Amino acid sequence: MAEIRNYTMNFGPQHPAAHGVLRLVLELDGEVVLRADPHIGLLHRATEKLAENKTYIQSVPYMDRLDYVSMMVNEHAYVMAIEKLLQVEVPIRAQYIRVMFDEITRILNHLLWIGAHALDVGAMTMFLYAFREREDLMDCYEAVSGARLHAAYYRPGGVYRDLPDTMPQYQPSKIHNQKQTRVRNANREGSLLDFIEDFTNRFPTYVDEYETLLTDNRIWKQRLVDIGIVSPERAKALGFTGPMLRGSGVEWDLRRKQPYEVYDRIDFDIPVGVNGDCYDRYLVRMEEFRQSNRIIKQCIDWLRINPGPVITDNHKIAPPSRVDMKQNMEEMIHHFKLFTEGFHVPPGETYAAVEHPKGEFGIYLVSNGANKPYRLKIRAPGFAHLAALDEMSRGHMISDVVAIIGTQDIVFGEIDR
Amino acid sequence: MHTTYLENLAESLRGALGDRLIEIQVRYGELTINVHAEDIFTASAMLRDDPILAFDTLIDLCGIDYLTYGDNLSEKNNFKNRRFAVIYHLLSVDRNHRLRIRVLTENNDFPVVDSVTEIWPVANWFEREAFDLYGIVFTGHLDLRRILTDYGFIGNPFRKDFPITGYVEMRYDAEQKRVIYQPVTIEPREITPLVIREENYGDCES
Repeated sequence: MAEIRNYTMNFGPQHPAAHGVLRLVLELDGEVVLRADPHIGLLHRATEKLAENKTYIQSVPYMDRLDYVSMMVNEHAYVMAIEKLLQVEVPIRAQYIRVMFDEITRILNHLLWIGAHALDVGAMTMFLYAFREREDLMDCYEAVSGARLHAAYYRPGGVYRDLPDTMPQYQPSKIHNQKQTRVRNANREGSLLDFIEDFTNRFPTYVDEYETLLTDNRIWKQRLVDIGIVSPERAKALGFTGPMLRGSGVEWDLRRKQPYEVYDRIDFDIPVGVNGDCYDRYLVRMEEFRQSNRIIKQCIDWLRINPGPVITDNHKIAPPSRVDMKQNMEEMIHHFKLFTEGFHVPPGETYAAVEHPKGEFGIYLVSNGANKPYRLKIRAPGFAHLAALDEMSRGHMISDVVAIIGTQDIVFGEIDR
Repeated sequence: MHTTYLENLAESLRGALGDRLIEIQVRYGELTINVHAEDIFTASAMLRDDPILAFDTLIDLCGIDYLTYGDNLSEKNNFKNRRFAVIYHLLSVDRNHRLRIRVLTENNDFPVVDSVTEIWPVANWFEREAFDLYGIVFTGHLDLRRILTDYGFIGNPFRKDFPITGYVEMRYDAEQKRVIYQPVTIEPREITPLVIREENYGDCES
């Protein structure tokens, strides 16, 4: 009789379902996974070490590049840690803007997740649908910060600038004539808030469309139900946070349990799963679409009637206005010191965490009083989730590994840092 | 979080850990305790199993190198002449509180700490990361390999005496027709110099 041996298969790092540069070494018995060993670090850029050699402000754009599908939330944790050490007050309007953009980012992240996850499982259409909506939200990013992806919009002490009163318009071209352009510009006539409100009115219908495609779809359920089950106790021991933990039935959301910014004034629900399988995590994230939409609406209503400053007036931390800088000696000095030396953070250590679309994203910041961080540790939610891939995929088929990678919402920018 | 709540938590910590607890600090509404390296395993088990503390999740574990932290600050924080430490961030999902543990390693040349993977399985990759980047060895860890750096990497890149440019760079050599490593050719440069101000500069509290 022939000798029966286990296969060792190499999956990735160049594989469309590997979500970037994941290299998986799979030990297989036939088509059943016995052991999965993820090799990470192919996208390691030593962000934490680089941040030790940059001033606090200069590291803000690095945060965008961690989890490059939920840019502003990464910045949020970072600026919150700095603000905690500096003990600066963030204006209330800036807090609402941050909450609004955190939720826009959550929708952006979940849209990419549903697109990529469905594509991995075999539903091509979802990807196209998701990118249609991402386009609108990217335009919001662009209108407010000038960049569609790497915004660098949140700053210690507030946000870079107030929401704009106009939206950029499409111009007629060879492809779109005058009449078509007018139709495309229909929701861009007003301010950014009008544009976002128009989006929030349309978005629930879009989520219904996704659900019509997937939720009761036989193939979708066959691929997801009872795959990668994690019990609540195990989920906690494995360090799961965010939708991964909520999918296992633990009601845990930092926005509710340890509220930051103005989340304690906002009305929203926390969806929780029952079985802890991939399908429940899918349902949790779909409900988060609707809840984020609800939060954005509340923020729009508040922001419309409450004008005010959006960044602290402490010019030792935030730059003064251009006019003041050119007319006033003291502001000139502030401006010069800020942009040549940066601000100094008092010695101490702190940990600030936000409810990132993927889980708990935390920044552990140690300062020794210099203009640069002494140590910056980024707690990426995906790192703990991917570490559990071995346990989640044991006993499943190879094709289920793809579904589990998809449900974990892996992005290598944050895992490899 | 309320101060009284933190004080109660600190009291329960003192009760649970006894003389294993060296120091307890509250700052910015966060609780930090120092524990000896030899006690970390038993202390962790107590923190997880105590019904009042119930730290069911390890949120983060990281190494830190205090080499250039500053003599005054190190003295103030009682870690003079100690170079490496491991920082644990614990979270109790059940009880909704957090804790930070600092474990200073005994030996600066060969830092060793007990592994807590048996208590919180999530520590597995975090300890591999600290081993990779700082060279801290975790005894009892079953699979202590490098995780983030390249296969065959030499050195511990996050140590303060490791240059930010590294020692080697990689390129494709057309003559040998393969990828080779060579000493770095770029000069280290500092765009914004590191400045530490005297106390109370700019009205910031020290």
